[in-house]
Amino acid sequence: MDAMADAKLSIGPLLFNWDDDKRRDFYFRIADEAPVDTVFLGEVICTRRGSGENYLADVIERLERGGKKVIISSLALVMDDKDMKKVENCVSMAPDYMVEANDLSAVQLLGGAPHAIGPFINVYNEATLRFFEKEGAKRISLNHELSSRKIRAIAAVATAELEVQVFGRLPLAISARCYHARVHNLGKTGCQYVCNQDPDGLTVDTLDSDPFLVINGLQTMSYSYCNLVNELEDMAQMGIKHFRLSPHDVDMVLVSQFFRDHLDGKIEADMATEALEDEVPGAEFSNGFYHGEAGMSWIEV
Amino acid sequence: MSDYELVCPAGTPAALRVATEAGADAVYVGLRDETNARNFPGLNFSVKELQQGIEYAHERGTKVFLAVNTYARAGNNKVWVEAIDNAARLGVDALILADIGLLDYAANKHPDLRLHLSVQASASNPASINFYARKFGVKRVVLPRVLTVSEIKAINAQIDVESEVFAFGGMCPMAEGRCSLSSYLTGQSPNMNGVCSPASHVSYEQRGPILSTKLAGLTINNFEEHENAGYPTLCKGRFCANEKTGYLFEEPTSLNIAKILPELIAAGVTAFKIEGRQRSKAYIGQIVSSFREAVNQIESAGT
Repeated sequence: MDAMADAKLSIGPLLFNWDDDKRRDFYFRIADEAPVDTVFLGEVICTRRGSGENYLADVIERLERGGKKVIISSLALVMDDKDMKKVENCVSMAPDYMVEANDLSAVQLLGGAPHAIGPFINVYNEATLRFFEKEGAKRISLNHELSSRKIRAIAAVATAELEVQVFGRLPLAISARCYHARVHNLGKTGCQYVCNQDPDGLTVDTLDSDPFLVINGLQTMSYSYCNLVNELEDMAQMGIKHFRLSPHDVDMVLVSQFFRDHLDGKIEADMATEALEDEVPGAEFSNGFYHGEAGMSWIEV
Repeated sequence: MSDYELVCPAGTPAALRVATEAGADAVYVGLRDETNARNFPGLNFSVKELQQGIEYAHERGTKVFLAVNTYARAGNNKVWVEAIDNAARLGVDALILADIGLLDYAANKHPDLRLHLSVQASASNPASINFYARKFGVKRVVLPRVLTVSEIKAINAQIDVESEVFAFGGMCPMAEGRCSLSSYLTGQSPNMNGVCSPASHVSYEQRGPILSTKLAGLTINNFEEHENAGYPTLCKGRFCANEKTGYLFEEPTSLNIAKILPELIAAGVTAFKIEGRQRSKAYIGQIVSSFREAVNQIESAGT
């Protein structure tokens, strides 16, 4: 069980468009109370959203005082000069903070400095892993599509520390188009920031009224919440060091506590899932990708 | 040989011959396995057919590109590595790759083999494209379908490699190579398996006057009797959000840049790619001929 106790939790970058006060309160609580090792900050989805100048410095200070490692995540889809400027601003923090590259443009700008590779860069196999390790990657987040067999093969040869998302809606796709603006009959450049109305994303139903996906600005996510609490032990044994909790508008301190308690052997995986079900009311959980099945499915372990 | 290259799909040896005859400057093909993004039953080339196809095309001055544009499987990348080695051995004119591990392998093992960056690599800005050029010697980038002409122009001004854009065919609204909608529902994706919304998971259900098209049992669209039922490609289905029902992600239309060819040429584009390795010979012949004519007209007007 040592691999379990040694494993670390991280809070992924906030993917939704919360207002500054809500973000500040969220991160202050994480800083003070959440049993997590790393917190990722930075806007990953849309350049038009705020850049955090009103709260970022305070949040970073508070997180570091709380003993958390801060990593700055870069934009996932980089199309124009404004996007590129955002990536440059992010990479300019590299001397002081580790930067998580979510697009090759950031890797190019980092120029071999130690960095993290985020889940929006495709690392599907050992050869790609080795390439990024050679380029200075110290920490690599694996793609959510990978099954346990593939994760195991990659982990067997990794020298960088590996991370897998174990909680939260999955980032299935990103587009140059803003779907939030589109469903509100607005253009992307006149979007009125309508994505701020949906703190966990806007649900997309099928014509049969089955909830299926959620829209988050340029991003399309799973309706179900990934939950790999049952698979933590398996992954820890493979050598996965970091488990990412993607933030939602729920009590993330409690969510991280459930995962920590299971890693520490204090509660069984079933109890952790029951606790998560209470904390995220109405959520559907999925773990299909890990088991080599359709991502939305839930496989009993 | 024209200044601008018309790059045409060949899903089968017969389609390769049709595209060559119809005036393709280059044809692109895939092998009969999961190494390429049109891994459909009955489609693609055996190694022997590839060799014959290259001979046929080269005799007529047409280039052959091999697409190995899925992401190699962790734990067993044998078929991907073999595809690259075969491409080098048989003398393809370019290899179209997306996976960084494979780009690294090809650049080191076959330094003389010309590499093109697949649209599946999702390189949408000059810094990323220049990274691929510097690290792997990539000579051409296939740009994402969603870029505007002015964005393409801005990118071309800042890169040292050729650019290729999609001229005709299916439209992906999502960043290519960064979409797992298909595997979320069916377990199979473009990146891993070379398929999107695979036919093996499609079903149809007649509900009174309504025909429902389904993928893995989930309704993707409903059609009334007067409507043509389209294939249930996930992102081109009808869904509901915010009390709005319709094509939330993408209308089921196709892409056709014939009218803006001159603007794209002015934006520095080198090659125009017609999508559709899954299409019939007749379709390929017709589309290739019509684009050949359009490119010829622009060239003769320019001289």
